[in-house]
Parts: sequence; structure tokens; C-alpha cells
Amino acid sequence: MKHWIEKQRYIIDFTISSLLRRKVKNFGLLALYTLIVFILASTMFFTYSIKKEASLILKDAPEIVVQKIVAGRHDLFPVSYVDTIRHVRGVAAVESRLWGYYYDSLVSANYTLLTPPARESDTKSFAKTPIVETESGVDTSKPLFELNGAVLEPGTLIIGNGIARLRNIGKGDYMPFMAFDGKIMNLKIAGTLSSQSELVSSDLMLITEEDYRKIFGIDKRYVTDLTVSVNNPSEVATVASKIKKRLPEARPIIRDEILRTYDSIFNWRGGMMIVIFSAAVLAFVIFAWDKASGLSAGERREIGILKAVGWETSDVIQMKFWEGAMVSLTAFLTGVILAYVHVFFTGSMVFEPALKGWSNLYPNFELTPFVNLEQLTTLFFLTVVPYTVATIVPIWRAATIDPDSAMRFTGE
Amino acid sequence: MRNSSLFFLYLSAGAALLSLLLVHASFSEYAQQEYLEEKASLVKTLKLTDLCLFTEARYTRHLSQADLNTAFQDHPISLEHFPSGSFTQPPQRIRERP
Repeated sequence: MKHWIEKQRYIIDFTISSLLRRKVKNFGLLALYTLIVFILASTMFFTYSIKKEASLILKDAPEIVVQKIVAGRHDLFPVSYVDTIRHVRGVAAVESRLWGYYYDSLVSANYTLLTPPARESDTKSFAKTPIVETESGVDTSKPLFELNGAVLEPGTLIIGNGIARLRNIGKGDYMPFMAFDGKIMNLKIAGTLSSQSELVSSDLMLITEEDYRKIFGIDKRYVTDLTVSVNNPSEVATVASKIKKRLPEARPIIRDEILRTYDSIFNWRGGMMIVIFSAAVLAFVIFAWDKASGLSAGERREIGILKAVGWETSDVIQMKFWEGAMVSLTAFLTGVILAYVHVFFTGSMVFEPALKGWSNLYPNFELTPFVNLEQLTTLFFLTVVPYTVATIVPIWRAATIDPDSAMRFTGE
Repeated sequence: MRNSSLFFLYLSAGAALLSLLLVHASFSEYAQQEYLEEKASLVKTLKLTDLCLFTEARYTRHLSQADLNTAFQDHPISLEHFPSGSFTQPPQRIRERP
């Protein structure tokens, strides 16, 4: 065994010296290979983590959301329909939601205005969440709501951290709104939502129903949509179809559909992901093609000399196996480590410009690193194994030829 | 030091670092649990339906609530023009239809 290990070490020593003789080519190859692994691993880490986080965060989203559709577009929902839905068998509770968008021309950003549920217990739970702040400013026990005991009342609002950052405003400042009739309404900021919740609340503005209706001029007979909770969770789809039957213009969206929407987001089979994957796969195919299509004259001559001085075919194949393994293992380890740092320590710096798109308000969120051995194994088999195998095949062909003819061929 | 020793040293260091990152991932997952639960409770309390990922258009801000005719919202032959549209998929229910 010891003899075998020592032999392999000598072969590796020789292989590294051989690789270093063609520094530029091999370092270039290593850098490109590392880049491919980095892109693939970054994409895999980012998409898996965001999907997983979405499934955990949205697990308590409304069981059914009922919208009204007019001419293919979302329309205001008449409050009078609430009773119709309440009487559908299986429905436990129906609540209305008031929410919409407001475009802030000053910073060219869209905000989501939302009226918190009117239930007394909910309102109390927002308002009475205490602030726990330390001198260092970082406190793990800090709650999501930074209300400082303030109660959301007419004339006030609570803003998401993204808005506070974008407009450089905070508690006590005023936020102007142009109402539907052109009047300017100044609402006082009662608090900000914490930065930890930015993934769901960056652009949120919580305002009272009264202010909401004043800004948008929406009559009390209408709401934006309804949320429906169901007695038996296994009957959600049945209840949704019953609602659709009773109110043909209604469009029920069930929680499972919401979760599946986020499960298919960033799906590798579509959109930009397929472009990234195609580029990476194409680059990889070029590598493999370069290796599989044959050896350079220099490499052939090297094999010829090695065989002439007594190396066996199996030794040459072992040498080339180590060459492939060294390049691919180095690229794999470096690429994966860099991808982890990129996604979970730098906030996906490389992807950020593409993800931001045309929006001025982009959430600053730290993804929870959901990384497991399964992902690493998949990545390993996608990158290391094909490359190593691709280097062996042409070598086997070259290693079996006569050393004399290999050395005679000098054109490079 | 022999070349092979250097290579195995690098390999061991890389593997150790990767293991450390996996440990970091596991600890972070545990540490972030509290924030995840709080975000989930915010979703439950405010009855939110979507993540705030792309604020550039209403159908990218609320992906799950988008109109069924989103793709043609501007005019009948308009194509998707927001960059975030290239990262997302149409809702599952649309793709499942025959």
C-alpha cells in the first residue's frame, strides 16, 4: 500500500511539473473552469435558498384570496359580496383587504400601501411591541416592528425599511402623498418595520383605512380583495371552486398556488436561468471537446518519451487522470467556496444589478444559507466527473500508440 | 516541499474551508430561525401574499396575484419588457392548462 501511495505521489509530482511547463494555458483553463463552477454554484445556492425561504415565510399566507376580475383586469371588490362568500359551505371566516400601489415621483419608486387587519388584537400586537435597542445597534432580540409604543392612527403611517433608506426618513418625519383629487396629504411616520423583515416589507406602508380611502378616493362599499379561511384545510380547492361558481367574476387564488409560484421562480428551465446555464454548459462542452478531440503534438511527444523511458500505458493514464482530477478538484473547491462567499456574505453582488432591474427600491436582505450535501454532490457530478472522464479517453488512445511514432511527430 | 504535498495541502485546506462553510450554513440556519418565524408571523398578521423582490411593476411585485393577461397589459402584442420578468415563470396554474 505504502509503495502504491509513494508511486502516486511521484506521478502527481511529475504531473504538476508538467502542468507548470505550460503555465499560461493551464492557469487560463483553471480560471475559466473555476468561473463556470462559481456561476453554477452561485445560481444554485441563490435559487435554492430563496425558494426555501419563500416556502417557510409564506406558509401562513391567506388560504384563499378572492379577487374580482373585470375585462381581464383586477377590479375593486364590492363589500356586498362578502355575505355571499361567507355562506359558502366550508368557509370559516372572510376578511377584506385594502391595499394598492403608490408611485412616488420624487424617487421614482413604487410603494405598496396596505391597511393592517382591523381586528383589535392585531392592532394591539403591532403597537405594543417594545423596542429593544443596544448601544451597538445590533440586537438579536430586536422585534420586527419598531413602533416605539406608537399606535397607528389616522394621519400616521408605518413604513418599510427600504422606503426609510431610499428617502432617508424615519420616525417623526412627514411623508407627503398626492391624493386622487390632487390634494396633498402629509402623514406622520409612526415607526419603521425592521430591516430583518425587508424581504417581505421593504416597500410596505401601513396606513389606516380612513387615510387609504382618502388617498385613493375609494368608496366604503369597496375593498381591494378578500381573504377566506376554510374549516378543513383539505377542502381549500373545493371551497375555491364553490366561490367561483357562486361568483363567476371572482378569481380565487389558493395558498398552494402562491407557494408553487415561488417554487417555480428562478426555475432553471426558463428565463434568464436557461441563458446562464446554457453559457456555462456551452463553455464546459468546449473544454470537453478540446480534451476529447485529441492531444497537442507536444503532449503526444511527451507520452512517447515517457513510454520510451519505461512508463507503462497504465502509468500514463494514471498521470492524465491526476491531471484532470487536480484541475477539476481545484476549480470545484475554489469555485464553490467563492460562490458561497458571494451569495451569503456579499448579498449576491454579481447578480444584484440584474435582479434590481429597473426598480429604484430594492430590498436589502440577507439570505439564510440553505446549503446541503445534496447540492454539493450534484454540482460535483455536473462538473468534476465529466471533465476527469473527458481527459482520460483521448489519453488512452494516445498511450497505446508506439513511442517511436509518437516521438517522430514533431509538428506543433 | 514536494509538489504533491503542496497539492494535498491545498486540497485539505479547501475541503476544511468548505466543511466550515457547511457548519456556518447550519449555524446560520439555526440563528436565522427567529427572523424567519417573525417574517412568517408578519405575513400571517398582515395577510401578505408575496415576497418583496421586484418593485418595478405590479405584476412582478405581487407575482402570485398578477392578472391573467399580464403579458399583454400594455397592448395586445406587447412583450414582457421588465428585466425581472426574465427571472420568473408564469404562475403554475397557467402552465398546467392544456
